[in-house]
Amino acid sequence: MPLLYPLLLAAFLFGVGIYGVLARRNAVLVLMSVELMLNAVNINLVAFNAYLRDQLVGGQVFALFVIAVAAAEVGIGLAIVLLIFRNRETVNVDEIDLLRW
Amino acid sequence: MSGQEIAFGVLAVFGGLAALAVVTARNVVHSALFLVVSLASIAGVYLLLAAPFVAFVQVIIYVGAVVVLLLFGIMLTRAYNGPVRGPVDWRDDSSPQTPLIGRRVLDNAPAARLGAAVVGASVFGMLSVFLIQAFGGERIEAGAPTSLDQLGTSIFQRFVLPFEAVSVLLLAALIGAIVLSRRD
Repeated sequence: MPLLYPLLLAAFLFGVGIYGVLARRNAVLVLMSVELMLNAVNINLVAFNAYLRDQLVGGQVFALFVIAVAAAEVGIGLAIVLLIFRNRETVNVDEIDLLRW
Repeated sequence: MSGQEIAFGVLAVFGGLAALAVVTARNVVHSALFLVVSLASIAGVYLLLAAPFVAFVQVIIYVGAVVVLLLFGIMLTRAYNGPVRGPVDWRDDSSPQTPLIGRRVLDNAPAARLGAAVVGASVFGMLSVFLIQAFGGERIEAGAPTSLDQLGTSIFQRFVLPFEAVSVLLLAALIGAIVLSRRD
């Protein structure tokens, strides 16, 4: 299989994730878009692992690390979103401007 | 064109279209369900790239845990207990029936969305050009799937320090989530 196929899929998913982060205002949807971008990175890691035939399978190990970090990130992120919703009754990222001034 | 490439093409089309649906769906719950399709397609891509363990971890953690967590988040942040006049439209759109708290999670204005689409498309376009120039003729040779034996040996010998760091990070995230979300 050409190496380009998974790399282009990853680039497409990354672009879609960027669009989601910039265009949507619901904080939960922004978190989902970040998950899409992390998955794009994982596809790159696994594809280069297969391409380089790494004896240490470093790409797959790092993909597993990224999955673990993403799980931690979504847990903390949703806790913060729920806390903000409890205090301000909104999950709109444009209205959450406590740290702006 | 080999069977592997055809399978990859099918998975890539499903995963890409589902990812587009995630960021464009009006209903946030639909976004989460499309995210399941996209993540499952990516797990299939990992299987084709000779990484079965990563594929199973993807299904267990992302489809099993992260999406369920996101669905709980959607559920808990759309609660509305006040009085609403007229038929309630809980979808994430601009219909006048949508209650105020539902209207607050609208999309950005069309101009801002167009700008975001331009940024996303240009990132994809630039990355594609660079990738085609850099890796145009390279091929992934079909090989045996990575054995769990090999992966475990690598994690617990070469990468044991990052592994321990990730375990401490998960503990810290767990404690942080409990501290953030408990009522006191």
